[in-house]
Amino acid sequence: MAKTYIARSGRLAARKLGEEMLVMSGLGSTLFTLNPTATILWQAADGATPLEEIVEQRICPQFEVSAGEALRDAETLARDLAQHGILLVSHEPFAQTSSSALEPATV
Amino acid sequence: MPVLAQVEQLSVVIAVGEIPVRVNTTDAGFLAMLEDRYAGFVSDTDASEFEFDIELIPSGNSRVEDVRVACRDGKWLMTRGDFRAEWNPAARKGNIRQTANPYSIDAVLRITHTLILAGQGGFLLHSASAIRNGKAFLFAGVSGAGKTTISRLAPPDATLLTDEISYVRKVGDQYVAFGTPFTGELAKLGENTSAPVDTLFLLGKAQENRVEPVGIAEAGRELLANMLFFAEDQEMVGRAFQAACEFVEKVPVRRLHFVPDARVWDLVR
Repeated sequence: MAKTYIARSGRLAARKLGEEMLVMSGLGSTLFTLNPTATILWQAADGATPLEEIVEQRICPQFEVSAGEALRDAETLARDLAQHGILLVSHEPFAQTSSSALEPATV
Repeated sequence: MPVLAQVEQLSVVIAVGEIPVRVNTTDAGFLAMLEDRYAGFVSDTDASEFEFDIELIPSGNSRVEDVRVACRDGKWLMTRGDFRAEWNPAARKGNIRQTANPYSIDAVLRITHTLILAGQGGFLLHSASAIRNGKAFLFAGVSGAGKTTISRLAPPDATLLTDEISYVRKVGDQYVAFGTPFTGELAKLGENTSAPVDTLFLLGKAQENRVEPVGIAEAGRELLANMLFFAEDQEMVGRAFQAACEFVEKVPVRRLHFVPDARVWDLVR
């Protein structure tokens, strides 16, 4: 089964205020408040760490949930965040480009 | 050979938030209207940081449009049904094409100040504001939340900065509120003075007067919801967002529930 990789969209401004992560779209001026799981994904979305590893190391220890169930939920959440332009999702690791934007690496 | 008539250039310097902006026109009547409209904010000195040339056009049926603000090649373009303006921050020059009315230039000045402030960590806010005991208090809320009401109820020892749009600058590591000529229902210009911001109150009408704490994330969301920002520009939106977050990390934000009588000011000291 192909691995999933996630990266933060470059068109956003983000800041953690208290325990909540606020993310603002730079184009539509839309403000999002991420829930705790989405915050973990956002903070861990370096484009190189497989989602499975993020779930095992950062989500499962915090929530009483099996790894398989947590991964399915995380994949659904990552796709949802991608639809809102918050995360980028790919089955390939993202490469750092000269403009510091992340894009899927060519294989 | 006929001699071309010299067109006299007239100007007024309008300083809001201690940022002087010169407005140039060739129409004496329009100049008089500006001097009257911005009385108290007209600078005594000739110095200015930016200037706008006004081109007055005949009145017509201006279309009702939302304001649009976008950056192209380093120049800001601002358009609405009743005006078209361009501002080049690097050249410190701009021009406004509008009919002879006070509302168009008022909008251009507000937009220009939001752009200037976003670069400095400040902002314009839908809020009334006043100084009491040397401290500035902001009262934010959407239309109907009570900005005009609390302004009307201000005691004699409070100095009203605005009943509608507050001007907040970051000066060093503190935030300072300035008076503005941007009025709401009270139609009364704020005093042209300033003081460090003590508290941002989020207004809500209620059956009793009380103050409640507000969580920092909620404070950030509410501040962003009440900030004036027009630019369709990723970088500027990001700056405005960071300015709001930094503000709520430094300045106390409280929810002020109030009944419409003067006792509410007992909670504002």
